[in-house]
Amino acid sequence: MDTLITHSSILIIAIPLVTAFLIPLVGMTSKKARNALVIVSLAFVAFLVFALAKDIAINGIHIYTLGATSPDLTTPTGFMAPVRIILEVDGMSILMGIIWSIVSLAAAIFSFSHIASETGQNRFYTLLLLMVTGGFGMMFTGDLFNLFVFLEIASISGAALIAFRTKFADTQEGGFKYIVVSAIASLMVLFAIGLLYAQYNSLNIGALAQVIQYTTPDKIALALLLIAFTMKAGMVPLHLWFPDAYSVAPASITGMLVITSHACMYAAFRVCFTLYGGMLGTSVVGWILIIFGLLSMFVGVTMAVFQKDVMRFMSYHAISQLGYMWVGVGVGLAVLGNPALLATYGRDAISGGIFHILNHAMYKPLLFFTGGALFYCTGTRDLTKMGGLAHKMKWTTILYIIGTLSISGIPPLNGFSSKILIYESVYQFHPILTITGIIVSILTLASFTKAFHSAFMGAELPEYKEVKEVPRSMIIAMVILAAGIIFITLFPALIVNWIINPAADALINQGAYINAVTGATP
Amino acid sequence: MEYIPLNFPFLAAALLVGVSFYIIIFKKNLIKLIMGIAMLAAGVNLFLVSLGYRAGGTAPIYTDVPEGPMVLSVPQALTLTSIVINVAVLALMLTMVIHIYRHTGSLDSEKSRKMKG
Repeated sequence: MDTLITHSSILIIAIPLVTAFLIPLVGMTSKKARNALVIVSLAFVAFLVFALAKDIAINGIHIYTLGATSPDLTTPTGFMAPVRIILEVDGMSILMGIIWSIVSLAAAIFSFSHIASETGQNRFYTLLLLMVTGGFGMMFTGDLFNLFVFLEIASISGAALIAFRTKFADTQEGGFKYIVVSAIASLMVLFAIGLLYAQYNSLNIGALAQVIQYTTPDKIALALLLIAFTMKAGMVPLHLWFPDAYSVAPASITGMLVITSHACMYAAFRVCFTLYGGMLGTSVVGWILIIFGLLSMFVGVTMAVFQKDVMRFMSYHAISQLGYMWVGVGVGLAVLGNPALLATYGRDAISGGIFHILNHAMYKPLLFFTGGALFYCTGTRDLTKMGGLAHKMKWTTILYIIGTLSISGIPPLNGFSSKILIYESVYQFHPILTITGIIVSILTLASFTKAFHSAFMGAELPEYKEVKEVPRSMIIAMVILAAGIIFITLFPALIVNWIINPAADALINQGAYINAVTGATP
Repeated sequence: MEYIPLNFPFLAAALLVGVSFYIIIFKKNLIKLIMGIAMLAAGVNLFLVSLGYRAGGTAPIYTDVPEGPMVLSVPQALTLTSIVINVAVLALMLTMVIHIYRHTGSLDSEKSRKMKG
């Protein structure tokens, strides 16, 4: 067991990668065996993530050096700097890992029935597992260039999955937009990495953070990295591709794409807090995140009110919800240079933003899955054409209600517990942030109620007489996420103390991250 | 190479990046857009390789090394990875453009666009 935990960080990345290329082979023999392989590998990865989370809670930051004689030998004998590829998993990374393992497992289960009528399913699962690899890699790596590589793996497989249903024209358009945005974003990241490497001769985040000077090229690199990651996370004003790509993907993939957005957000936080750290404490970067976060909240929700396409409507809400996290963590970044304010409300704001990531990662995929269930049953995404589906689809209706209450922040559901944490802390920074947050929350509830009414309520429509409840695997996938929501609803204090606060501290405490790389003795 | 000023490759990379951003933002044809992205990738790769160049350096291969400086090997490894990734990205983009053309019969990003608002 100890050996397993020592090597768990690389196994979490390697198992989906190996399984991805086994799937076409196994898929040739039997479909059941292939599905079982997908589930078993993802479940084993989820088990490893939770074991690693427990280990990190006890022993602190987990380090894994690839190719070294011992995994904690970060600096090879005779070298001054870490030249090997290092995986570094701290509280924040493992939080993202937990989210990703749950959502990818649910998405895989959901796909079993959702894409059952498509051709080329073996390739679908290969791409899905490659996307899982890319996501875990982005979250766990301690190396900037690896971040770029895994970003590209997640983007390429994500774009291919968006465009998977080639019989529709809009999927091709959405996938093309996604890959163009990803290609530009990742080349900007690569350019920024080049700028940093040219000055400091290092690619390791911890080693770079130790020597970084905040010179003009560093500022350019920071701007490039932030633009790239916020563009891929779908922050207003770089959000125009976001609903196009997310609404056309198969619903299971849309749920996973939300988490890749969070992974890009995580990368932006990692760059701001860990790489630049204290140097941004008094700068405008925190304010920039807050202002564009507010814009995202507001633009996202106002655009969502007018949407008729159920997936597009939920995509705009995703933009709006991402705004809450930018605002929460942005407030924390803005007061990072002021220890008194940081202790008063800055840390709580960061905790709130991170807690909202966890909550959003549970209810937004759930809502996308219910949207996919509606599309599966009715064959349309147009809300005006639906109606009276509550009579036929009881499970989907209940799960949709749970998701709706959660996203609108109705007490006591989990969306409320993170929003109240954000509201209380950012109010002390500036009251207008809280006021906007509450208005956006009300608009969210209003538009979700409207969508609920048009899809589920009313008399049974004659064209949906034959509609049945969705297949069991789709319900299981939705119930997994709903169970997550209910668990967080019941034990918010437990989650905050054990997962969220360590993650916030991991972002604030830049020194621990650096020490884990440079201070380790061979 | 001795006669070329050392910052010449950086200027070329900046030019490539600038032109490619112009193409990506203003051109309507999807194939031209893809060419713009390929140029952007070329510009970034050129930037990375020229970072590692040392005047009069030899290739970083450790057999029969002549005396003198050696160029940096890490940027070359980065560039190689980046080239491989970009081949995959470009291939995927071209596949999607073929599908878009089959569905809409046009490569103009204004005409082939279905989704708005």
